[in-house]
Amino acid sequence: MSDQTTGVPQTVSRVPRAAATGEEAYLEVTDLQVQFPTADGLVRAVQGLSYSVPLRRTLAIVGESGSGKSVSSMAVLGLHDRRVARITGSIKVGGREVVNMSDKDLEGFRGGDAAMIFQDPQSSLHPYFTVGNQIIESYRAHNNVSKRVAKARAIDMLGRVGIPNPSRRVDQYPHEFSGGMRQRAMIAMALVNDPKLLIADEPTTALDVTVQAQILDLIADLQRDFGSAVVFITHDLGVVAEIADDILVMYAGTAVEHGPVNKILGEPLHPYAWGLLESIPALTGEPQPLHPIPGSPPSLLAVPSGCPFHPRCEFKDRVPDDWCTTLRPDLIPRTADLGRTSRCHLKDPDKVFETEVLPRLP
Amino acid sequence: MTAATTPAKSGVRSVPGAPLLELQNVKMHFKAKGEGFLARKTQWVQAVDGVDLTVQPGETIGLVGESGCGKSTTARLITRLLEPTAGEIRYQGVDIAHMSERKLRPYRREIQLIFQDPYSSLNPRHTVGTIVGTALRTHGMVPKSGELSRVQELLEVVGLNPEHYNRYPHEFSGGQRQRIGIARALAARPKIIVADEPVSALDVSIQAQVMNLLENLRKELGIAFVFIAHDLGVVRHFCDRVAVMYLGRVVEEGPRDALYLKPQHPYTQALLSAVPDIGVVRGVPPKNRIRLVGDVPSPVDPPSGCRFRTRCWKAQDICATDDPALIERAPAQRVACHFAEPPAESILAETA
Repeated sequence: MSDQTTGVPQTVSRVPRAAATGEEAYLEVTDLQVQFPTADGLVRAVQGLSYSVPLRRTLAIVGESGSGKSVSSMAVLGLHDRRVARITGSIKVGGREVVNMSDKDLEGFRGGDAAMIFQDPQSSLHPYFTVGNQIIESYRAHNNVSKRVAKARAIDMLGRVGIPNPSRRVDQYPHEFSGGMRQRAMIAMALVNDPKLLIADEPTTALDVTVQAQILDLIADLQRDFGSAVVFITHDLGVVAEIADDILVMYAGTAVEHGPVNKILGEPLHPYAWGLLESIPALTGEPQPLHPIPGSPPSLLAVPSGCPFHPRCEFKDRVPDDWCTTLRPDLIPRTADLGRTSRCHLKDPDKVFETEVLPRLP
Repeated sequence: MTAATTPAKSGVRSVPGAPLLELQNVKMHFKAKGEGFLARKTQWVQAVDGVDLTVQPGETIGLVGESGCGKSTTARLITRLLEPTAGEIRYQGVDIAHMSERKLRPYRREIQLIFQDPYSSLNPRHTVGTIVGTALRTHGMVPKSGELSRVQELLEVVGLNPEHYNRYPHEFSGGQRQRIGIARALAARPKIIVADEPVSALDVSIQAQVMNLLENLRKELGIAFVFIAHDLGVVRHFCDRVAVMYLGRVVEEGPRDALYLKPQHPYTQALLSAVPDIGVVRGVPPKNRIRLVGDVPSPVDPPSGCRFRTRCWKAQDICATDDPALIERAPAQRVACHFAEPPAESILAETA
């Protein structure tokens, strides 16, 4: 990105990355539970979540509000208040255990090895300090350098995320930046210490499509340069299709489907994932009536017994012996393809998808 | 007013043969504080600057564009929550742009609004029955004795339990609240509904439920819609015609299929190509993207000539001096660009 006033559009198309096989996981989450005791009862926000992300790979966590996607990712950075959240299970980042890490260790870990980009750049930047100040603070917290060195680093980072005229911009306040530029500044702040793990929580949801496209390109470029592991939280399946290598679909605090992006979006095996695909209007072809999932997501105070999706599932009658209402399915491979797992009792889900769901997709 | 108008029983006048709604060169300029410490020079934010739009009875027209392009201001102008700086807003041929509140009353009944945020657009201290009932009472829709049964009828129409009329908004989920807002708009039996981002705040599965509801209402009741959204897929699903706005102007307007398959304005092309496409994983080849650089210029001081020229790759000298008019380039498709042409290859890859 050179000059922002002369419009020279770049025509780019992303090259699909080669699938990594057998790479060592940098982030490994095992049987994570996050619970919040409240006056109304115990909120089971995340129940038994396991996944792993190697370096240079992007995992997209997809789900609706209240599915536990943000809560689980905040746990990875140790952002929950231990007085209100009960966290069990294991979160290993580069071999280090994050659950029950001391506050002092967390300080060194957050912003250093692992960083986060938030959804709303407006509220995540401090309005009272210049953008440069906030980046410098983050850099000096982890590196023993002079202010002058840190400022040079901040200018360099602002330039790398495509902010024009960074040496002038570094002394400006967040309100002098546009929405897209603020998001770039926040990305610069997150990446200033070369984190190995980057968690992006809906980083483009508040942005317009043309700006969103710029930011997605930027994150992909930076990931290539820095070689980080990225966890990308979003509800937009179009964004997932473009940026992710793997997907984890979450519903009511648990993972319901997990696997490579082309498999999960191309031929999903879980009825919830089918419902999501059927709810998105297409940009081409004759508009078809949408076929939304009935009802709404359950309260996490009272997660349904058995499969948490059963009250909204149109296929539960095909499973014998009331399994769906009584027996919680495991997240295991359901077809010959062992690289993907799903949490559903339905027999031959691949055939059901092909014959019944695929024809009515929008 | 030149043509003869006939007042209906409701007090709404109309010119025979006129379109349901017509915006002609509508402008809305907001006063902004000048820059600098003395701030003596008044500045004007040109939020909407010359919008033309026509809506026929029963038609749905989509307004798309990025934040700050003036689409929400246009919604507020149509519903006359704002009085335009210049231009005409004709409802059934009668100019309502500067009509007094008293005269406007019957028109307000026929032009209703659905808001984006189902959390802030319902009074938390009123029950659903009061919220919907107030709309009935204000416009004198039913006698007092029939109010409750009509409220319950409306709740049923929008897919809520009619027994819940005495509940408060906080007892409903986001999707249900949006249904309450829709019931309130329907209470007045409008001819046109302006929906300002009605599904943007909802989760995907709930969004599809509300879209299906709106579509059924449109088919059954024949209500015309001005549908504002930034999601191009949602707009395509719902609308017959689509208008693309940029920095206070309509830059392209046309029938849905023409606009999505053969967009002629560079901005429309860039907008469509920026939409992340889920088709990639179904074997559709990745599309070549047009990446715009920079941000939308400030509406306080828009560029001379064509407003898109600062980000446009086709811009020539003429674009800085001559403001392109919105003219017809293909059947019913109007484009405001000196170098308008359909893209060399389709921007949206066809799914096999």
